[in-house]
Amino acid sequence: MSNLMHIQNNERLSRANIPHLDFDTFRKELLNLAANDGQVVQFFAYEDQGSYKLLAVMRQNYKLFVTGCDAPDNFASLTAESEKFHMFEREIGEQYGLKAEGHPWYKMVRYHENYTGKKDVFDNNYDQDIPGNYPYFTVEGESVHEVAVGPVHAGIIEPGHFRFQCCGERVFHLEIQLGYQHRGVEKLLQTVPYKRWPIIAETIAGDTTIGHSLCQSQAVEALADLKVDEGASIVRTIALELERIANHIGDLGALSLDVAFNPPAAYFGRIRGEYLNLSQILGGNRFGRGLVRPGGVTHVMGAEQKQLLREKLAELTPEVEHVNDLIFTAASVLGRFEGTGTVSHENAEKIGLVGYSGRASGLSYDARATFPTECYGKLPANSNEKTDGDVCSRGTVRREEIMHSTTLINTLLDKEEEASSYIPETIELAPDSFVVSINEAWRGEVSHCLLTDDKGEILRYKVKDPSFHNWTGLALSLRDTGISDFPLCNKSFNLSYCGFDI
Amino acid sequence: MLKVIKNRLEQGHRTSKYPKEPIELYKRFRGMPKVDSNCDASLVKRCADACPQDAINTETKQIDLGRCVFCGLCETLSEGQFAKFSNNFEMGTANRDDLFTHGDLPALAAHSKKHFKKLFGRSLQLRQISAGGCNACEADTNVLNTPFFDLQRFGIQFVASPRHADGIHVTGPISENMRQATITTWESIPSPKVVIASGACAISGGPFHGSDEVVGDLNSLIPVDLYIPGCPPHPLTTLHALLNYFK
Repeated sequence: MSNLMHIQNNERLSRANIPHLDFDTFRKELLNLAANDGQVVQFFAYEDQGSYKLLAVMRQNYKLFVTGCDAPDNFASLTAESEKFHMFEREIGEQYGLKAEGHPWYKMVRYHENYTGKKDVFDNNYDQDIPGNYPYFTVEGESVHEVAVGPVHAGIIEPGHFRFQCCGERVFHLEIQLGYQHRGVEKLLQTVPYKRWPIIAETIAGDTTIGHSLCQSQAVEALADLKVDEGASIVRTIALELERIANHIGDLGALSLDVAFNPPAAYFGRIRGEYLNLSQILGGNRFGRGLVRPGGVTHVMGAEQKQLLREKLAELTPEVEHVNDLIFTAASVLGRFEGTGTVSHENAEKIGLVGYSGRASGLSYDARATFPTECYGKLPANSNEKTDGDVCSRGTVRREEIMHSTTLINTLLDKEEEASSYIPETIELAPDSFVVSINEAWRGEVSHCLLTDDKGEILRYKVKDPSFHNWTGLALSLRDTGISDFPLCNKSFNLSYCGFDI
Repeated sequence: MLKVIKNRLEQGHRTSKYPKEPIELYKRFRGMPKVDSNCDASLVKRCADACPQDAINTETKQIDLGRCVFCGLCETLSEGQFAKFSNNFEMGTANRDDLFTHGDLPALAAHSKKHFKKLFGRSLQLRQISAGGCNACEADTNVLNTPFFDLQRFGIQFVASPRHADGIHVTGPISENMRQATITTWESIPSPKVVIASGACAISGGPFHGSDEVVGDLNSLIPVDLYIPGCPPHPLTTLHALLNYFK
């Protein structure tokens, strides 16, 4: 058996077939992949028959690999040699009390007791409120000052704590400390009855309802041998693209507002709602709640819905183009967008940025093209020209993706297949199995990884939101930037707090 | 400049006439469920067992709108015989108990506290707290500030500081890690103040009920004045609740 097993997205494997290495070989293999353009999709710990194990899924170009090992209580950090593992190792410490020795930035990811009862690797006993013992990075010097913001922010947004180390207006470093949104999603999914799964998946990150419910549905379909008909795939693909468009439009409007150019913000604020209403036409909810379920979709798309979608898209698309043109030709906007909050290609690759944030820094990875699910294998991929890694690039990528997604939806609306709406109430998962599911949601790569035990019960349910990779990107984009550019940088990433905190 | 004018002309006037004129949502929208209380008990049980939120009481045949996420499963399973989700988005209540319903809620305006109407009827400033919210409730509250809903024309604003606020609008199941921040924010608001629980999470823990990482019920922490059900509440549900409770 080779040390790495080549797998497919949403392919069910017997856990016995996954390579089980000794830790040193495991570490060497992963670092070798990381050094050769590999990126981490999943890297987590789990408990199996009383012992702890590590499992990693990595991608390298168009290939996916899985491998595993027994987890030592203390292990030599991979991050010490490659930054790509840094969040994952911190999470393993937080969740399972397994310590990555020599990790250069070893801090909690979220704030909760670990699952194992082992000694807390961050020296917290959780008597104190969040953040407990949190070693904030500090910069010292006569003119250095610190700006602390949050957890409750001055807007209708999720909570998180930001600390800026500044000299005057210049930011040396931004530390983002999260965990306030932690709801115990993974633990819930491992313990609650199956009927609650889809509802929890839809609310892991509410703005990525379709992205997360697609991952869950596909993973369950692989484990339970469910087939999804072509019509349901079309509805799912359209729903994911509508989610993408709505979020991109909302954020482009907000970016415009952040540079005090109000008209596009007002227009896009309203137009974003129009796209949410299209999701409502499709499945009865503006966020796509209750639409995607393991086995298919709950609502078929009839001639009436198709017609409504077509008409509305035809009406909205030119408006969107015009407002985008207004934003991206205004000198006052470009003056603020260009060269602001740059994440270099090199840094983006080191920390494994995904989604539009990655693409704006020249990492072309788009799971829709690399590991296509649903209808994506038959649809044209998008490519981006502007890859400077700044706010303008992230905005431009999103502008282009809106038009690309619109084309995809129009293509799919012309197809004839109709979904049947068969959704099984109970399912049986294959025992001792593994599946990893990857989809390109609007922010980037969403992934769910499920392991079952010998009875077909869930042994481990691992969720990864793209924000898990990208928050570090936001921190880097603030380096040596004016503190007043924070809102702009933040909005250009628009990351999920709850998706990260799970 | 010309582009600004051109776009302005293309966009035109988009603000909704609601509440002066009724507004129709697309028929697939799942609003207030209408329960048939004559429905066969075995069918009610089947729906209750399948309900992912355990929001159906088989004895009373009521649905708990504070728990329901409006997924529509009970309507599908019973083919509409037990419950049918209507287009009615007007679902705010002043009492938690009223949310256990067959689909007939008491008129909110009649149940609001009189002094609130007097104090806040012309001007209401709210501080929003997301406490474990998944960003759907937050997003569909934020949308009230867009030109279509234009919340500020009613004298209602979301403000940055609790010191400037008349009350809090809370979303999310109150994660343990937001418990203290939620209380502190509430305490920072000068009295008299109102507390609004928005969405299934803030009312009952929603999809996260039972998790030991969440409080799960805002009312157990701070007395709630106004409940806005939904997962997330439609912006019009929120707008209707605010207007009827305070105006």
